[in-house]
Amino acid sequence: MQEEPFAEQRSHWWSDKRAELTLGAVVCTALAGLAAMLVFVVVQGWPSFAHNGLAWFGSGGSVDEQIKAMFLSGEAGAHYVYTFHAWPLIWSTILIVGGATALSLVCSLFVAVFAVEFAPHWMKQILQPVVRLLASVPSVIYGLIGVLALVPFIGNHLISEHDKASVSHIISLSGYSLIAGVLILTVMIAPLMISIFADGLRSVPRHWLEASLALGVNRWRTFWKVGVRAARPALVAGTVLAVARALGEAVMLAMVTGSVGFAPNPFDGGIFLFEPSRPLAPTIIQNIEGLSSPPLKQTMFAIASVLLVSAMLFSLAGWAAKQPLKRYGAA
Amino acid sequence: MEFLTPPPVRWLEPDVETQDREGLPAGEQLPLPASARQNGNGRPASFVGAPRRRARGSQLAIDRMALEDVSIAYGQKPAVRSVSLPVRQGEVLALIGPSGCGKTTLLRSLNRLTELTRGASLDGRITLDGVDITTIEPTLLRRRVTMVFQQPNPFPMSVFDNIAYVLREMGSRRPRKRALDRPVRDALDRAGLLEEVQGDLGHPALRLSGGQQQRLCIARALAVQPEVLLLDEPCSALDPQSTQVIEDLIVRLRDDVAVVIVTHNLQQAYRIADHVAFMYLGELVEYATVDALFGSPRQQRTKDYVSGAFG
Amino acid sequence: MASEAATPQAVLPAHKAAVESSSTWRRSDRVGLVVCWLLGLLFCAIAASIVIFMLVQGVKYLRPSLLVTSPSAGFVESQTGGFLDPLIGTVVVALLGMAIALPLGVTIAVWLSEYGRPFSLARAVESMIEMLAGIPDIVLALFGLLLFSSPVLGFLSRTSGHVVYGRSFFAAGAMLSLVALPLIVGSTREGLQAIPTHLREASLAVGKTRFATIRRVLLPSARPSVITGAMLGLGRIIGDTAIIVVLLGATLTLNQAGSAPVLNVLKGTGSTLTSFIYQNAPTGENNQPTKAYAAAFVLLLVVLALNMCVDLIGRRGKVATWSS
Repeated sequence: MQEEPFAEQRSHWWSDKRAELTLGAVVCTALAGLAAMLVFVVVQGWPSFAHNGLAWFGSGGSVDEQIKAMFLSGEAGAHYVYTFHAWPLIWSTILIVGGATALSLVCSLFVAVFAVEFAPHWMKQILQPVVRLLASVPSVIYGLIGVLALVPFIGNHLISEHDKASVSHIISLSGYSLIAGVLILTVMIAPLMISIFADGLRSVPRHWLEASLALGVNRWRTFWKVGVRAARPALVAGTVLAVARALGEAVMLAMVTGSVGFAPNPFDGGIFLFEPSRPLAPTIIQNIEGLSSPPLKQTMFAIASVLLVSAMLFSLAGWAAKQPLKRYGAA
Repeated sequence: MEFLTPPPVRWLEPDVETQDREGLPAGEQLPLPASARQNGNGRPASFVGAPRRRARGSQLAIDRMALEDVSIAYGQKPAVRSVSLPVRQGEVLALIGPSGCGKTTLLRSLNRLTELTRGASLDGRITLDGVDITTIEPTLLRRRVTMVFQQPNPFPMSVFDNIAYVLREMGSRRPRKRALDRPVRDALDRAGLLEEVQGDLGHPALRLSGGQQQRLCIARALAVQPEVLLLDEPCSALDPQSTQVIEDLIVRLRDDVAVVIVTHNLQQAYRIADHVAFMYLGELVEYATVDALFGSPRQQRTKDYVSGAFG
Repeated sequence: MASEAATPQAVLPAHKAAVESSSTWRRSDRVGLVVCWLLGLLFCAIAASIVIFMLVQGVKYLRPSLLVTSPSAGFVESQTGGFLDPLIGTVVVALLGMAIALPLGVTIAVWLSEYGRPFSLARAVESMIEMLAGIPDIVLALFGLLLFSSPVLGFLSRTSGHVVYGRSFFAAGAMLSLVALPLIVGSTREGLQAIPTHLREASLAVGKTRFATIRRVLLPSARPSVITGAMLGLGRIIGDTAIIVVLLGATLTLNQAGSAPVLNVLKGTGSTLTSFIYQNAPTGENNQPTKAYAAAFVLLLVVLALNMCVDLIGRRGKVATWSS
């Protein structure tokens, strides 16, 4: 923040005071607009919550049929049907986002440690653009590769005929699966985690690492036991921001996880990984044609508000976790 | 500073067993060497005659490390030029000199920490027990020659974990926590910290006071049973009480480990050292016993430095 | 690094100092290092295979005619035309989005960095930008639908009777600008904060107002950061699918609304490369994978080119640093 200038030319049209007020007004409007967005989205989705209460988050019935019923009742125009139990969608979201975050956390930590400390110079030069490349590929291209390469591979080579027959009365296993979604989502959120982890690791105070080396501890253990431990705020920030990103991923998952509102059952054993499902975000994007029907529209807004609130909470948490890093000049 | 006239003294036997832990009570003075009393060429350092922690006992000194014609350069800039020094167990070696004279660089070369800086090069030979240290694996070397730094830097863990951390690295198998209890307490005891923390070894190390943190760092450095202990201005960030405690500790340690301390505080060097090496602009100007160097320095530059003409 | 004179007692030959090698580590440490290498190489392999796969398929299916033919409905792939309209759609949406995001973002960044009072407002704005960065794009899309379907903003999209359709290039461009905004604000702020204070003081000391200082001295100096932020934002706009699918109507060709010369396009619906790929994937309506591959190849090339530009600018910016 700068101090007042010595000589202020008050006669000039663009005096500092006016400029400051104008800029401040622009900023305030933008702020108000965004606050309004949160309010409007929740308000639009409120009828769905009101009609279902807490059962909105529970299970009961087939989600696909409920959506169809809502759409039809809206088109008919008479008595709107709001019944909606989103648990299969929520469970699918938890599985896919949780699985991708856990897998990506482990992989990204190793790659970040590697990129900051243990990679030879030429490898570091390669890894940086690679991570940036993976971060900038649009999600629809990830989805395309997934649906045209990974899904057929899973469907034809990884799932046996026996498995398909054993569950064919409930669900058909065709390669659109949980595991495809988790794998591709991992690749999508890993670059974000890697860059935040690497920033945090680079900003660990050098004297701790030096002290540990001077006590006869080898480089590997020094970096892992002292460095990674000291960079914990960065680990938290990276994880939380990656979760916020994963929650909002709609397009890629819509193309890869199948479009059935089915809740994968872990008690199915190995088949569990290959079962199709649909998380919350893809549900919205797959139902936009039906938005003309009011109950469906409000249900979609209800889903959007759940996503909005959770993504915002995670983003704020990540920003709060990054604040200590700013003191070391990292974030 | 006032020039102190040497008062009458009692001679103290350099007896290890009868020394009390707190060191000499204030007011007790050691005899001045005859050369200093003569007031021959130039004044002796004005604090000569001030209380010392303990009498010198360098009759028991064993040669541990030897620097032979060591030169260190960072890229094109030479930091240390042709220094030869012995490091002995049973005595405290102090490296003194103005800022930037290369004493810290020399200290860091003893456990090959200079290699962590890009572009550092070392000529000459440094030996530990007769073996060239460049032939020893750096990690193993640094367990025999440990270092305590200027800023206390305990790890962001508990007191117990700080010391257990280095102990866990020693063997090939990870020792159980109960097995570590004894060595951790021994290390804390040697550093004089056990009484203060033994109630709660799980206390976060970063919440200790500055002096306690530095003693924890010394305990950490002692936990691996080193042969040589290097101290880089350990008390410069501490208050006088903590400094006193640590100086007592250093003097107590010298029979078990060879101690090399870098200090810019001449009085401290006088209090605790047995041999002193004065460095200036990377060169070793003079190496002598502490009384000789402070009382009757041979070189003019040494005389000027210890008498405060520059610094 | 460490060099030594030849010593007769040295175990190793001269000029070879013992350096810490992983052979002295414990087994778990060595396994960890192997895992590091494997994962690092795996990442590079994944990136390479994505690029190579798209390259191969793109070369197989991309013909220059595709770039200049409009798409048309049909079942046989050879008769459904190319993706000229989606290409135009991408360009229009990118221009529109950047036209809103760039001035707004630079304004916010300048206000945060140079004025920023009262402090509570500045903190609120900072958190708002962070939250915006974290909002999923479908939520933004739905909100845009809400906004532009209201009668107030009906003039920005097609209307029929009293029903405001709510889908148009305007709507999509407006929401996409929100997607690019945090990137522009962040990058510009970094650039402004990197300018040393004495430059500001020097300008103020010769009597210029703060606003003139910003306009004439600070913004030109922060230009590389602004451009970097703009390119990052552009990359995100071009790659976004959800907002397009919801707000652009996903018609195959540009459907104009009204008769004003340029505005009719902006008020109308259309598609972009991303929504084209989405529709033509096996999970989409049209299911024409060959077209999808070709369009994806073009999209990837554009994104990679933008990436390289950001790299180049970043590298040039580093050369001209402040000597302070």
